[in-house]
Amino acid sequence: MADLVSHPDEVKVVSRRFGKGATNIDRYLELDGYKAVQKALGMEPEAIINEVKNSGLRGRGGAGFSTGMKWSFVPKQSAKPKYVLCNGDESEPGTCKDRLIFEHDPHSVIEGVMIAALAVGAASGYIYIRGEYRYLSNIMQEAIRDAYAKGFVGKNIFGSGRNLDIYWHGGAGAYEVGEESALMESLEGKRGIPRIRPPFPAVVGLWGGPTVINNAETLANVPHIILGGGEWYAKLGTPKNGGTRLFCLSGNIAKPGVYELPMGYNLRKMIYEVGGGIPNGRGLKAVVPGGSSCPALTEDEIDVAMDFDSVAKAGSMLGSGGVVVVDDAQCIVKFALRTMKFYKHESCGWCIPCREGTDWLEKTLTRFHKGGGLRKDIDNMQYLAENMLGRTFCPLGDAAAMPTIAFVKKFRKEFEDHLEGRPCPFEKEGAVEELEVFSH
Amino acid sequence: MRFSDEFEARFAEMVPHYPTKRSALVPTLLYAQDEVGFLSDEVIAELAGRLDLTELEVRNVISYYSMLTTKPRGKFNVQVCTNISCMVRGGEEILRHCAKKLGVGNKGTTPDGLFTLEEVECIGACSWAPAAQVNYDFHENLTTEKIDKVLDEYRKKGTQ
Repeated sequence: MADLVSHPDEVKVVSRRFGKGATNIDRYLELDGYKAVQKALGMEPEAIINEVKNSGLRGRGGAGFSTGMKWSFVPKQSAKPKYVLCNGDESEPGTCKDRLIFEHDPHSVIEGVMIAALAVGAASGYIYIRGEYRYLSNIMQEAIRDAYAKGFVGKNIFGSGRNLDIYWHGGAGAYEVGEESALMESLEGKRGIPRIRPPFPAVVGLWGGPTVINNAETLANVPHIILGGGEWYAKLGTPKNGGTRLFCLSGNIAKPGVYELPMGYNLRKMIYEVGGGIPNGRGLKAVVPGGSSCPALTEDEIDVAMDFDSVAKAGSMLGSGGVVVVDDAQCIVKFALRTMKFYKHESCGWCIPCREGTDWLEKTLTRFHKGGGLRKDIDNMQYLAENMLGRTFCPLGDAAAMPTIAFVKKFRKEFEDHLEGRPCPFEKEGAVEELEVFSH
Repeated sequence: MRFSDEFEARFAEMVPHYPTKRSALVPTLLYAQDEVGFLSDEVIAELAGRLDLTELEVRNVISYYSMLTTKPRGKFNVQVCTNISCMVRGGEEILRHCAKKLGVGNKGTTPDGLFTLEEVECIGACSWAPAAQVNYDFHENLTTEKIDKVLDEYRKKGTQ
């Protein structure tokens, strides 16, 4: 069980029921549970979609696409069954928010999936949870059983004459499966190799049927939007970035934790006030604002509003809400290497630029870390990474390339400090060699 | 081959959830592995038969997922995260400490078959770093003293 934190600046929407025993269905009902889906049952599908569009809700998995818009792409008539798929394969390094939603408020995800299903005319929904989160699958399994037992899910839901089935599904360890087309492959019992698009999932998705795929946090917001209204939700955030966001503060920060803050909250304030600043009297070297695939920001770049558009303007991404703080005792070369080691491990090898690119970048970064970097390799790394961009079926290649480009551009001096046999200035003697045993 | 009643009940419940049988494959593999300890030739043949797949198709899926293994592991799989959020808070120190204490390297198993040590990628415990999972249990905000206690407890549990 993960510890909860709080701060006065928080605006609790999706985390409203955290720590309140809402895994129990009766408790959830006391806390306004399953009211939104009943309201949605009395609404036209168009009206549900419009409410979500008006809320300004954008995909919390990282892409930031308008949720209402995504739903509107699903064709009204379809010969094949339509599906809703909840993405709970949370695996982006720095991200641990969906875990709390599943742990504290599983019914809100079920309700969100149900409302999405009503909006697009689907009769089944699947909640995919990463394999490592076994205790959360157990919680979800129980929540679904309770919802069936009450007649909220299954045949003739709430006496409406409509049938709607909800299932959970477990993964078995794969970052790439968090990408929507790989997620569908995985659910179909295959390797999580991405699919080429078009056709997009809204038209041809799970088992060939039109499919809506949303992140767990996105879906957990939907019941609140239906009850409180799109306009109310939109006003919590900034223009074009409705509502709040679960930000996962981690790394070298005094009060790490998952905080729900309004969209557009200032990053510097988030680090120094909400997160209590950098411990041990250290200075700030870099911040990864939205999970490991997002280019790092330096100390003079953190006066930025944390919404999708402002962070994009600052040259990075809001991503999945994982804010990783790095202090000045850390080595950026090593940080870049660990990031690349991850992407190399997770690359499925389907697209050559990603398979080869991550491998060569890892090799080069390893050489730098050991003090054997060559001056020409600094530019080579940037060139190599830039040539991975946009050349793969899924964004894993981009996710590996983008942070690397930022590290090389913004911290060139640190790479230069690792040239020609100079050992890493940040490592204790012998530590580099010792770690080699563990490279997987 | 025989699985537990619990496995059979879960399998019987799961398969009709999907329009195709093979959709149940990934979670089923993990549940089978939890019972047997690893995905043996016998398990692979059995599940392939049940889901109308070839053994090769099943192996092809197994090799993609990092939690699935065809090699036996210790009773307790100690998975230490060293990804970025854990790394900057001492995740590598925890890993090195475990290696020394258990006397094994990455993916090594202790001679008594109790522990396997594994360096893993992000497990979703970033705000409570450094963290590790022993089988499915999370252990967070670790220090070397804390992981010592954790390992001692599992050792006690495993030798009772």
